[in-house]
Amino acid sequence: MRAKRRDWSWRSRATRGLIYQLLAVAAIATAVWFIAHNTLENMRVRGIQSGFGFLTQPAGFDIGESVIAFDSSDPYWKAFLVGLSNTLRAAVVGIVVTTILGTLIGIGRLSRNFLLRGVCAGYVELFRNIPVLLQLLMWYFILNEWLPPVAEALNPLPGVFLSKSGMSFPIPDWERGHGVTLVGLALGAVAAWAYRRWARAAFERTGIARPMVWPVLLIAVAGALLGWLAGGAPTALEVPVRNDLNIAGGGAVTPEFLAVTIGLSIYTASFVAEIVRSGIQSVSWGQTEAAGALGLSRGQALRLVLLPQALRVIIPPLTNQYLNLTKNSSLAVAVGYPDLVSISNTTLNQTGRAVECIAVIMAVYLTLSLVTAALMNWYNARSAIRER
Amino acid sequence: MRKPALQFISASLLVVGGALFASSAHAGKTLDAIKQRDQVVCGVNTGLAGFSAADSQGNWVGLDVDVCKAIAAAVLGDAKKVKWVPLNAQQRFTALQSGEVDILSRNTTFTLTRDASLGLFMTAVTYYDGQGFIVTKKSKITSAKQLKNAEICVQSGTTTEKNLTDYFKSINVKMKPVVFEGFEASVKAFFSGRCQAYTTDASGLASIRNKEAAKPDDYLILPELISKEPLGPMVRRGDDEWFTIVKWAIYALLEAEEYGLTQANVDQMKTSTEPPIQRILGTSEDTGKLLGLDKEWAYREIKAVGNYGEIFERNVGPTSPLKLPRGLNNLWNKGGIQYAPPIR
Repeated sequence: MRAKRRDWSWRSRATRGLIYQLLAVAAIATAVWFIAHNTLENMRVRGIQSGFGFLTQPAGFDIGESVIAFDSSDPYWKAFLVGLSNTLRAAVVGIVVTTILGTLIGIGRLSRNFLLRGVCAGYVELFRNIPVLLQLLMWYFILNEWLPPVAEALNPLPGVFLSKSGMSFPIPDWERGHGVTLVGLALGAVAAWAYRRWARAAFERTGIARPMVWPVLLIAVAGALLGWLAGGAPTALEVPVRNDLNIAGGGAVTPEFLAVTIGLSIYTASFVAEIVRSGIQSVSWGQTEAAGALGLSRGQALRLVLLPQALRVIIPPLTNQYLNLTKNSSLAVAVGYPDLVSISNTTLNQTGRAVECIAVIMAVYLTLSLVTAALMNWYNARSAIRER
Repeated sequence: MRKPALQFISASLLVVGGALFASSAHAGKTLDAIKQRDQVVCGVNTGLAGFSAADSQGNWVGLDVDVCKAIAAAVLGDAKKVKWVPLNAQQRFTALQSGEVDILSRNTTFTLTRDASLGLFMTAVTYYDGQGFIVTKKSKITSAKQLKNAEICVQSGTTTEKNLTDYFKSINVKMKPVVFEGFEASVKAFFSGRCQAYTTDASGLASIRNKEAAKPDDYLILPELISKEPLGPMVRRGDDEWFTIVKWAIYALLEAEEYGLTQANVDQMKTSTEPPIQRILGTSEDTGKLLGLDKEWAYREIKAVGNYGEIFERNVGPTSPLKLPRGLNNLWNKGGIQYAPPIR
């Protein structure tokens, strides 16, 4: 029943509620405006220049490692972009590694093997209780002390060099054949997806279960292989070469990057492990028994019964850990990795635009976190219970 | 229902009101504030041997430190009335702009950008420096031009990164900077062999080699100086009187050296009949009055920390652990470029 539309009066609860909310919004807006205005005014009075105009001026400094080409005569905004790409590189690699490692350790904590269970429990307690900054510095100094200088670089495999300058490895010389390989891989992936769909439909129709994992991988790999052959089977590799001062050519990752990704992955994995463990334990034992009673193998029970239910518990806190890892990557500056914060520090010091540089960093991390959260929410909605 | 809403409104009003009151700070002159709190607040380096570092007893020592002590002696009559605020490279300008420190004496390079756009004033140069490189002797590198494709460790938040890029661009050699936020991490990375060279101001290199290297003799400071780095204290804009005081407090140290006034002889010199010495020590004219100080301001500085030459010698000179030559920092009439306007 809809309430009769009343004339508004001071006594009406709805009206008063509205007024309170308006007042609250006005108070917050005033406070924000006041702080911003006051800051700008104070800066003006003290002769501190402000504004984002500096972003288009040439940066004038070099960046040690970069995914995109950068020269010191490029503008500041491009330097920020390089920093962002480095942050993303560390965050994406970190998220992938931490997910795999965390899941393995989380499952290991539930193992029947006492030794494995103990080691995994020890790992979690050790790494989640030491501040992440210390861990980054520890990994960095371990890498730097342990690895030999460039002149005596380790050469564990032909073409692979390990030294204080990082790890150099051969990468394929880019040819058109590699493009064809990628196309083949894409076609293979589509075919694999089609097979999976068909196998599932056939299973629902006839009840005959077909293997789902191996054929899918095989089809994708076969696609890539066919593409590679069709592209003329290019085998040329760009192999790193050792010079007097350094190792040139090939692909390379620096000790800074290694320290950041190893440190962040190992730290975050200890939290992910706990999330995975608690997620699996949240599914009642009856489910496992029921799956067994239906004749499902252990693997099938895990994949078809336990994991889908555990994921609902796992995903929301896992999202938090992904966000934490991304935000913690801002500590990379401590070990000399040129991430967004490092670039911003340099820019801040050269231009003196403290407020602007900090604002850029905050906006970027906020955007990154919101995008990650949106993706994870979408995945969460997909794996949530669908009530029919 | 009613109460929480009212509480919320009054809380929001309090927040807004608090912000309003906070804005009315920063009135009055720096000197008045210093006299009132009986302390000069001085921003210094967190730890750079020879310039500003805390010794084993927790006392701050160094060239930059002595400048602040001299100013405290001139203004408050006691070189001990200084509050030390250790600042890193990123914090330093904000600390000075916001009024957290009265003076920034932290091996800071004077540049156009810093002078014209940060709301700060450069006072007088207390150390003429230049950026250089340090390498291991084992690497057999003897010139910066040999650093082709080398990785060079550097601390962020300084003019150093830009000089580095400019220099290698001008000699058309490629190199890779490895940039650290913290001084300790950057130095540790170099000494553990991460980089083939480390770069900072030449005075800093001497300090690092002396203090951080396991065997100082294993390291070589390359002859090239790739930039001009005039270091000195900065003050906030908008207080011309304080700016003038700091400037002349530094000039007085140079004038004292020029006229042979030392910590040891300054008391006897009070009876001197030489007009320039009489003016510096305030025995004839009262120069202090023009600065808003008393007439013995310069006498107290020299009594407290000695003249510029003594400060240099004690902290960074050939007899100190840093063993830096006097070089450009000698007086103008002794082959250097330290030249103070006359006190008259």
